[in-house]
Amino acid sequence: MMKMTKQTRRDLITYGIVIVFYIVMQLLDLAGILSFHVKGLLVPLCYYAIAAVALNLVVGILGDLSLGHAGFMCIGAFSSSLFSVTLKDSGFPAGLRFFLALLIGTFFAALFGFLIGIPVLRLNGDYLAIVTLAFGEIIKNILAAVYFGYDEEGLHIAFKSFPLQGEGKMLINGAMGIQGTPTDSTFTIAVVILLLALFIVQNIVRSRTGRAIMSIRDNRIAAEAVGIQITKYKMTAFTISAAIAGTAGVLFSHNTTTLTATSTYFGYNVSILILVYVVLGGIGNIRGSVIATAILYILPEMLRGLSNYRMLIYAIVLIIIMLINWAPAAITFREKYGISAYLARRKENRTPVSDMGSGKGGS
Amino acid sequence: MLNFLTYLVNGISLGSIYAIIALGYTMVYGIAKMLNFAHGDVIMIGSYLIYTFMVTGGVNPLLSVLLAMVCCTVLGIVTEKVAYKPLRGASSSLAVLITAIGVSYLLQNLALLIFTANPKSFSPVITWEGISLFDGELRIQGVTIVTIITSLIVLVCLQLFINRTRQGQAMIAVSEDKGAAALMGINVNNTISLTFAIGSGLAAVAGALLCSAYPNLTPYTGAMPGIKAFVAAVLGGIGSIPGAMIGGLTLGVIESLSKRYISTQLADAIVFSILIIVLLVRPTGLLGKKIQEKV
Repeated sequence: MMKMTKQTRRDLITYGIVIVFYIVMQLLDLAGILSFHVKGLLVPLCYYAIAAVALNLVVGILGDLSLGHAGFMCIGAFSSSLFSVTLKDSGFPAGLRFFLALLIGTFFAALFGFLIGIPVLRLNGDYLAIVTLAFGEIIKNILAAVYFGYDEEGLHIAFKSFPLQGEGKMLINGAMGIQGTPTDSTFTIAVVILLLALFIVQNIVRSRTGRAIMSIRDNRIAAEAVGIQITKYKMTAFTISAAIAGTAGVLFSHNTTTLTATSTYFGYNVSILILVYVVLGGIGNIRGSVIATAILYILPEMLRGLSNYRMLIYAIVLIIIMLINWAPAAITFREKYGISAYLARRKENRTPVSDMGSGKGGS
Repeated sequence: MLNFLTYLVNGISLGSIYAIIALGYTMVYGIAKMLNFAHGDVIMIGSYLIYTFMVTGGVNPLLSVLLAMVCCTVLGIVTEKVAYKPLRGASSSLAVLITAIGVSYLLQNLALLIFTANPKSFSPVITWEGISLFDGELRIQGVTIVTIITSLIVLVCLQLFINRTRQGQAMIAVSEDKGAAALMGINVNNTISLTFAIGSGLAAVAGALLCSAYPNLTPYTGAMPGIKAFVAAVLGGIGSIPGAMIGGLTLGVIESLSKRYISTQLADAIVFSILIIVLLVRPTGLLGKKIQEKV
């Protein structure tokens, strides 16, 4: 039998969790237990998980706070939808079209990630955060105001509505967005992409590149001193993260027929929502991001019976979890009286390895 | 030309509101090193309080604003004590950021529950008609003038408070170095609470002015002005009080003029672009101090 390192085992467990979740959901579906409403949540759950994994690469591994990932999702969504809508009625095979749409969305998000990364990554800390937020808002704003269409005279792009000459079609209709994107996203495809995203990010973390990126996070000056090219690795992490967020955007846009660049879907609050998943899952813990997304995405839905109170409860739970998990006083308390401390006392022959940053809830 | 002046004055007025909000942001950031995402929602709560006092309680407008200031100050101190203080010294600065987001959700949903999502039409706090210049060609509304004057008063008072009083000096000391300040006998916790109190009190003033100018009050009213004010604070150099003022005014004027002359929908994009350009040229904002990194 092949010997696995501890890290490989950890990675495999992560894939295992996703696959088991997928199988359970499929079985529940076959048994007819899943309501239509719950089934509708599965694809969104996947793309938020993918976005959280992408953001964790920047926030957890690179150590820079980005509040603009919804902008990259927006680019992925719009570029791929544009492609799919154009090809929809041309008899192009649907499977291949969606595959190409995924590639296109990912490519454009990566391109913008790269371009935005050049100025942004020169900044540090909270300045970087606010500039990424600004970029996210700019992308959303422009895509909500742009009109793009073709007619007999060729392609037109403007910030004002314009009449089409003869045969033609308005592809992006200002604030109305893109209409009629084929709904190609399925739970299976979403899970496959989630696995792929996990595979990419986890392998980057384990690679030489990943170690270089983490060294920048831990001490930028020391990393530079030992000859690590800061800009190169920062750009690599940021671009890959943007690309994966773009893929999540493709899943999003191909899950609804109407795509609009509104704050509900692509505003800074969405970036913040994803950041909440990342932080609660554990900064730098890729598996945690997926689990936290699943729990936090489903939690408000489970509380639906409480109608108006659900978001209030969600907010209170969020604050309490943060206090329990991060407050120095709570951590000391946990180390003294928590379950792991109790177990450690029982197993006195072994020193427990503290699992930094895995963000295991208030044990 | 007069048209331009009208929009310029409106921009200065909007900018003054941003500046007052930005002052709260910048003080809290300077002292607690946290992005207080809930600040915008304190504005919203303040506005609802004023609305309740004025419309439901029939209290005099000025008194309502004062009452709301007191309530917001208490709110600011309580949230700081309950939600942010326990996280001081946490291993990641993201922890307190997420908690602030939690507080923001909490305040929004509380308002949603109490006041519902239906927009409340805010009756103006300022009933003065305003003045007309050039034979009525240029009309400046009372709200606009009061807003600009209020922000100037706030700025001057705050500057005097920080530079002339012991408490203000303590604030500067804590924002420079918490540890050293504590060794000098400054009560760091109280100083931070005081900063939150002032910031939140100012938020209530900003709420009154904001809703007098744009009388449409919903639980999400505070979010976008909050973010823009934060942008203004960063633009001016975060931590700097004159910087917040300059940042706020710049942002307000640019927003107002680009709405008029370029495009309503793209105004926000232009505002954010200005921030990016400024930060690329001056990475610590217009009046920010450059911090030398030590190895």
